Formats: sequence, structure tokens, C-alpha cells
Amino acid sequence: MTPLLLSSYTATTCLGSGLEATLAGLRDNRSGLKPCVFETVTLDTWIGEVVAVDAQKLPKNLIRFDCRNNRLVQLGLEADGFAERVREAIARYGKSRVGVFLGTSTAGILQTELAYRRCDPVTGALPEDFIYRSTHNSFSLAEFAREYFGLEGPAMAVSTACSSSAKVFAAAARQLACGTIDAAIVGGVDTLCLTTLYGFASLQLTSPEPCRPYDMARNGISVGEGAAFALLERVPAQPSSGSVLLLGVGESSDAYHMSSPHPEGLGARLAMEAALRSAGLPASAIDYINLHGTATPANDAAEGKAVVALFGDQVPCSSTKGATGHTLGAAGAVEAVICALAMTNDLLPGSPHTKTRDPAIPLNYQLISRSGKVRHALSNSFGFGGSNCSLVLGVTP
Amino acid sequence: MIQTPLMAWIEGIGFIAPGLNDWPATCAVLRGEAAYVAAPSLLPAPSILPAAERRRASRIVKLTLAIGLEAAVHAAADVSQLATVFTASGADGHNCHALCEQLATDDRLISPTRFHNSVHNAAAGYWGIATKSMAPCQVLCAYDASFGAGLFDALGQVVVDTQPTLLIAYDSEYPEPLHSKRDTPDCAGVALLLTPQMTAHSLAQLTLRSTAEKAQKMADPDLENLRTAIPALRVLPLLQMLAKGESGTVCLDYLAPMQLSIDLKLC
Repeated sequence: MTPLLLSSYTATTCLGSGLEATLAGLRDNRSGLKPCVFETVTLDTWIGEVVAVDAQKLPKNLIRFDCRNNRLVQLGLEADGFAERVREAIARYGKSRVGVFLGTSTAGILQTELAYRRCDPVTGALPEDFIYRSTHNSFSLAEFAREYFGLEGPAMAVSTACSSSAKVFAAAARQLACGTIDAAIVGGVDTLCLTTLYGFASLQLTSPEPCRPYDMARNGISVGEGAAFALLERVPAQPSSGSVLLLGVGESSDAYHMSSPHPEGLGARLAMEAALRSAGLPASAIDYINLHGTATPANDAAEGKAVVALFGDQVPCSSTKGATGHTLGAAGAVEAVICALAMTNDLLPGSPHTKTRDPAIPLNYQLISRSGKVRHALSNSFGFGGSNCSLVLGVTP
Repeated sequence: MIQTPLMAWIEGIGFIAPGLNDWPATCAVLRGEAAYVAAPSLLPAPSILPAAERRRASRIVKLTLAIGLEAAVHAAADVSQLATVFTASGADGHNCHALCEQLATDDRLISPTRFHNSVHNAAAGYWGIATKSMAPCQVLCAYDASFGAGLFDALGQVVVDTQPTLLIAYDSEYPEPLHSKRDTPDCAGVALLLTPQMTAHSLAQLTLRSTAEKAQKMADPDLENLRTAIPALRVLPLLQMLAKGESGTVCLDYLAPMQLSIDLKLC
């Protein structure tokens, strides 16, 4: 593909809001995970909760979008001056020339879960104040962002479970390549809700401890929440030093099972190969891999096999979900931003909570963050339904 | 900035809507050769699935397999190699209702199958398993604008990645109490197999541009009702041109104020 510039980017997770907090957390091997105290949930698990999400007040004219998920959209957009960079891009290109491509798995389903508790005892009707379109619907976060910036161009939500906000980069890149738009707001937002917490628990995939990706004794995920965004534009003739570029995107399907990965990681391998092909780079050019690494026994084993088969056992790699939790539909964008931080700060992120590497997975897995040159990074995101996406990012010298 | 036209050839069409059981039957109604008779959508049992899976298949899985395979058969395409773009205004409404209903009680031990079927890409996941396709599979939502969003991305894949891409745009109904908040009446959908080159199977060449014009309406009030009630059926004015064998330009609803202007050239 033709490389694209991430002219601005930001991430908000349980590590903190914005790049500075995220970078400090990664450098200090900090984890933002805490025992689950959320809403009325009574599960023995840990979560990655973003603080002060519900303190966000949406603009009056957009109050119909008010729900935890869209509050996190706003919190995320306003971090690092990202919203200001978007407004400058709109001024440059026009309001119909900036597209919106946002990923989510559950959008504002929490709003519906809460509304179902308030159904009319006689008629069974949902409460008057519940608005499906602007809270529950998968498009609600993209529509909110489009209206937040007064945009009039194309917009779509990608919802492929935990690969959603990696695949937004592919969708946006295609429209930038065709010239439909001149810039794209890409990203992902997912928030804690009962569906995912009880859902992953029903599959016995939540850990009673903080998640330990790629640990010999890993025993499940820690559900997190997050918002991460990037502004994608064409690369100028002379990009400034330290510019982060999207170099390649690879997508594939497992065609195997709805909630279990292909045991040999075949779909994962196809996605990584496609991303390298798209970037025009050999496997040896990758300096760091941000693994999907959810910390379930099956997921890490399958991904590990695919990574070893393609990259061997030398490339430094880690999953950062021990720090952020699994932010589900936001994971792709969160981890793309973590790769950007790795490349621009010479940082190889570690894996908080992981103690003992799994000897069955021979990878150069980073337990502790350390400094190291990263010119090209690869980020993996895989989801239910066998949806796989890998991104290759680079930095200008 | 030079714009690359969002252009593709249509090689196959699949269609199911209330009272319209497949593309040939729909063609006859769109041409005015048969009267539209309202009836619930007929969702055939997916023969591609093993017997046990066939019995368990949900309404959206039956719908998407039926229309996707109808379009592929029309084009004699190998579904195991096809990239796909699924686009829907919502996921499985019945499954969503069952989860929300149970999560509102004290017994929150939901079924793991219900949970993995709750993802917006559930139908796409079953498509992959049924067709054994490991090709890229995109799954989108843009509320009432979902058909347009899907067409943008599918054409992007045809043009940029130069690969045949199967667009499957579909919707389904919610039961009460969600139905009162989102009143999509029934399951319906359209599948278009789009290719970068003209072949012996090509039906027409399609080129997409954005416009601010108003979308064309269906003259028949029943068909116009379908067009507005079910987001995927915003495609109907385009399908009517294909059915009648007319070349020309048609405007479809997308995301106000952005609309789709489509040039259609019959092969």
C-alpha cells in the first residue's frame, strides 16, 4: 500500500489518559488493572477501568448520544490535543473530505442493559429516555464523532469483535487511496459492560487474577476499556523526522470456530503475511511485535505458533494487555498507538504480571520494558468469528 | 488530488425481502411483470451447513448464506476464495434481547453460545466457517446508512486490492421491547458480487460518486415502504434498473448530507 501518515494520535486506557500517561505506564512496567468493582457485577476477575469516564459532559446539542461509551469517545478525542488537530485538518480539506472510521465490539450496550432493568412492569416497554440509535447501535460512536466535528463526509463503524479498530486502518486506507477523502479519523472505543464481562466469564475465559499474557500459568483475560484515535493523511514529500507511518495492513479469516482460534494460528499467520506483503517488507525488517496476547491458554498458543513460524524466535515481542487489559474493539487502535510510542521513544514494552515465559512458545518475549531501537513494528489483533488483522507501522529517521 | 473512480462490475446478485424470495422473483416484481404480494421473508435452510448446524442456524445466518450464495452461484464464483464485506444496521436482534433480558435478572450466567453469537460479525463468522473462506472479511455498521458504507468499502477493495469482493448488506428485526425503539419489520438483504474486470458473467458496470441530491424513490408504495423500512433495501432503485435492463444514473440514500450517485452501464 501507499504509506499513510499518522499526523496525530492518542490513547486513553486504565494506564491513563493521553500519550504521556501511557508512555510513563509502559516505561515503568505499570499495570492499570484492578479487582472488578464495576456497576453491579459480582465476578471474581480483574478489569482495566478508565477513571472519570462518567465525569464527561457531552455538548448540549449532542446529549442524545450520552452513555458511557460516548463519554469515553469524548474523553479520548480531547486528549493530547487530538480534537484540535482534527479541526485543523477539516479546515485544510473541508468537512466532506474527512472520513470517520471507528471500531467497537459493543458500543453503548451498557445503556440497553441498564434500560432493561427499568422496563415498565405492566407493558414491558423500555423507558422513554432510552435512545437506541445514539447509544446502543454499533454506529453510535462514529455518528457521535462525525457530529462532534460537524463532518459531512463518509463514516462507518467496523465491528469485528476484537480486531475492529485494527481493521478501521484498512477501510480508511482504501478510501484515502481512491481519493474519496483526504484525511480519516480512525480509532476504536469500547467500554465495560455486563455483556462482555459475563460473556467472557461464561466461556471461562476471564482470569481471577490480573491477566498474564504468554505466561506458563496464564489463565484468562482481564477485560478493559479504552479509546484510541489516529488522524490518517497522505505522507507529505518531506515528512518531519519521527513521523509515524502506516506501512501495511493484512486481513484474514480463520474459517474455523466462532470463539476459538485456529489451533495452528493459520488465520493469524495469513494476516501477518498479508501485512508484510502490503508494506513490502520482509519479516526480518520487523523490530518489535505487539502481540494480540489475550492471556487465554489457546489464544497465546495459537498466535505464538504463527509468530514463530513467520519470524523465528529472535524478534522482541510482547502483549501489553497486562498493562491495559483487553480493550476488545479498542485494542487494535490502542496497540497501534503503543507501537507508535515504542518507535518514537526507543522503547520495547514489557508485559506486567507475566512472570514465567511459556517454554512451549519459543519467542523473544519481553517481560520488562527496556530501551531498544524500533524502526518497524507489527501489531496483531484477532477477534471472535475468526477475524484477524495485522498492521505494520514505521517511523521516519 | 486525483480521484480513482470507485468502479466495479456486478457479476452476481442475491436478494431476499418480505414477499420477495430470491433475485429472479424480485426481478419479475421490479419489472412490473408480477404483482408484489406482502409476506414474511422466507429464509431457506442453508444446505451448505452440516445437518446439526443447519438446525441451529439463526435467522441472520440463514439470510446471509442464502443471498451470498445466490450471488456467487450466479457468477460461478468460488466462495472459498472470496473477500467479503458484511454490512448491517444491527446484529442478531433476538439474541441481543435474550442477553439483555437475562442480564437484567439476578441470574446472569448467560449462555456462552449466546455470547459469541452476540457479536456484530456473527453472520460473517458463520459464513467463513460454512464456505471455508480465509479471505479478508469486513463487517460494518452505519445505522440507516449501512448499505452505502458497505458499498464504499467493497468498491475500495475491488479498486485498491483488485480483488473480487462479495458485498452482503442485510438487516433483521428486534423483538419487543427493543422493537418499539427500532422497528425494522423483518429480515432482508442484498448480495452483490463485485469484480475489478469484466468477465462473461458481468451484468453491468457500476461507478459510485458522492452527491447531495435526493435519493430516488420507488413508484410502487409497497416497494417504497420496503426501501425506507429496511436499511439494506435502500438499494432497491439500483436493483430496479438492473432488473429492467436500463443503463443510467441513480441516487441512493447514504448519510445526510452525503448521498450516493451511481452510474450503471449494462453489459
